[in-house]
Amino acid sequence: MALFTISVVVLLIFIYWSTAASIQRQTDETIEAEIQGLAERYDTDGLAGLSAQIAERLNRQQPGDSSLYLLTDQRLNPIVGNLSGWPNQQADETGWLDFRLGDDISGKVHTARGRVFRVRGRYHLLVGRNMYELEQTRKRIVNTLVWGSLIMFGFALLGGVMMNRSVTRRIDTINKASTEIMAGNLSKRIPSRGSGDEFDQLADHLNHMLDQIELLMDGVRRVSDNIAHDLRTPLARLRNRLETAREGGGNDEQRMELIDRAIQEADGLLQTFGALLRIARIEANNLQASFSDVDLGLVLQDVTDLYEPVAEQRNQKISVDAQSSVSIKGDRDLLFQALANLLDNAIKYSPPSSVIHAKLDNGEFTLCDSGPGIDESDHDKVFQRFYRADTSRSTAGSGLGLSLVQAVATVHKMKIELGDNKPGLCVTLRFATNPNQRS
Amino acid sequence: MRILIIEDDMETASYIKKGLEEAGHVVDHAYEGKEGLLLATTEEYDALVIDRMLPHMDGLTIVKTIRASDINTPALILSALGEVDDRVQGLKAGGDDYLTKPFAFSELMARLEALVRRVEVDAPATKLQVGDLELDLLSREVKRGGKVLELQPREFRLLEYLMRHHGQVVTRTMLLEKVWDYHFDPQTNVIDVHISRLRGKIDKGFEKNLLHTVRGAGYVLRS
Repeated sequence: MALFTISVVVLLIFIYWSTAASIQRQTDETIEAEIQGLAERYDTDGLAGLSAQIAERLNRQQPGDSSLYLLTDQRLNPIVGNLSGWPNQQADETGWLDFRLGDDISGKVHTARGRVFRVRGRYHLLVGRNMYELEQTRKRIVNTLVWGSLIMFGFALLGGVMMNRSVTRRIDTINKASTEIMAGNLSKRIPSRGSGDEFDQLADHLNHMLDQIELLMDGVRRVSDNIAHDLRTPLARLRNRLETAREGGGNDEQRMELIDRAIQEADGLLQTFGALLRIARIEANNLQASFSDVDLGLVLQDVTDLYEPVAEQRNQKISVDAQSSVSIKGDRDLLFQALANLLDNAIKYSPPSSVIHAKLDNGEFTLCDSGPGIDESDHDKVFQRFYRADTSRSTAGSGLGLSLVQAVATVHKMKIELGDNKPGLCVTLRFATNPNQRS
Repeated sequence: MRILIIEDDMETASYIKKGLEEAGHVVDHAYEGKEGLLLATTEEYDALVIDRMLPHMDGLTIVKTIRASDINTPALILSALGEVDDRVQGLKAGGDDYLTKPFAFSELMARLEALVRRVEVDAPATKLQVGDLELDLLSREVKRGGKVLELQPREFRLLEYLMRHHGQVVTRTMLLEKVWDYHFDPQTNVIDVHISRLRGKIDKGFEKNLLHTVRGAGYVLRS
């Protein structure tokens, strides 16, 4: 507003200067030129010529003309001119003089401006203009400017208020929507006017953010739904067993058997929770800080060593094609866990008497089985907690194995890819090896 | 055994205390760090069970202080945190074993017994013997009743651990940690498969079984 005011004032000053002020300047110049002309006339034709010239000019005057002439002798007695007497006011050193004319019939005071010139030291010449008309014009200009600027300020103020109100209204809309969202209606979105202005952009961004939050909330809800669903079954079984044991029936040994199975059930539940917590911790903690150099080849060797008897039970073979030393930055136990889960799955889902292929070289680990594989449409879902593909429903497992693998892979900046082994599944982990490694 | 428990959580403490007393051990209990440290440095114990998070003085500081005053009583650290890093810290501070809450009492018991026994058998031996089963650590030969048994390297290490702790219950997690040296949760009971393979080699064809399953807890090698 301050800037606006300053620029308007500057503009007004300029307008005034180029109109009203210039009128006065022009008047002054005209008077100057006339005096020059009259002086020259005196030089050529003497007093008579000068008087004649003035008289002629006065004769030529139209009724509304404002030129004033007065030629006097040394004692200021008028010789010729349309002024009744020499003005009382003194001229300034440049010869300019503002003086007052007699009032006219309507009683208005007329002022005049003129210049005094001494002709050869003997005569006084005053050439002037009645300033009344000019003054009126100047006043009109000033009035116009003042009123114009007042109206301009008025409109500016009105426009500002209206603009302000529209901004407030739009912020209000956003506020209302936010309040509703905060109250729990997460599906509510901030309306946008579709004009693509800054407010619409803001609304779009906020809406996008809300979409993300809703997606995450859905994820959390789904996980907790799954937890509730998947843990209810074993809990119910646990309860049934304990109930049966309490009701008696059967001998002590049978009761012990029931209690043992209840303990097993409880252990399974604890393990599931343990795995959930483990995933959460891996995802939440800054584990990279404690990473050290791990030889993935050695870890793979230990994993196959641990699981080989399990595979053997099913007449399966694990074929390992591994480079001797693949060093990466990581957590040894977590990497072991990830590889163990993958191998565990491969053994579980591969048919008896099949071969499981493990391949490790710089930057890539691949494990291929010949089980039922995973449908392309399920590729993303299998990493979700508790998700179990239809083909795996009948197999024992918590539905957390691959989620854990995913968490470990993410924290090690590994990329997991699922591929088709025709038939079977290939899981590939891509990673960066230590740069200082000899190849 | 005489055991000191330093644990501020009443429920956990009385749960451990009751279990240990039922197993015939003498138990002292301190609720906070300073009192625990005083007891641990002035009394004689066979084992210490120390919670990591304690009022006034945390568990790791207690262990460090005890070790600094040359007391080598085996210490088992309990923690609710339980991730790789915590365990490393606990062992570095001078703890002998690390157990994450919640735990089964059988797990705690087995680990405590293993800790106490370790002190007893830490004397270097070149031969281990349980009943008629002999294991030679130098020639890496295993015999039962004079008959040589063919064991794979991993089976040898598994048997060695079981023999060092013969008569004690060892849990599956303990075997994973001590024999395989990895801390992880197997999705299936891989250890059971290894045990049954070992059992096939050391017990099959012999009149008396040495390797027994303890239901709900683990395994025990007993003559």
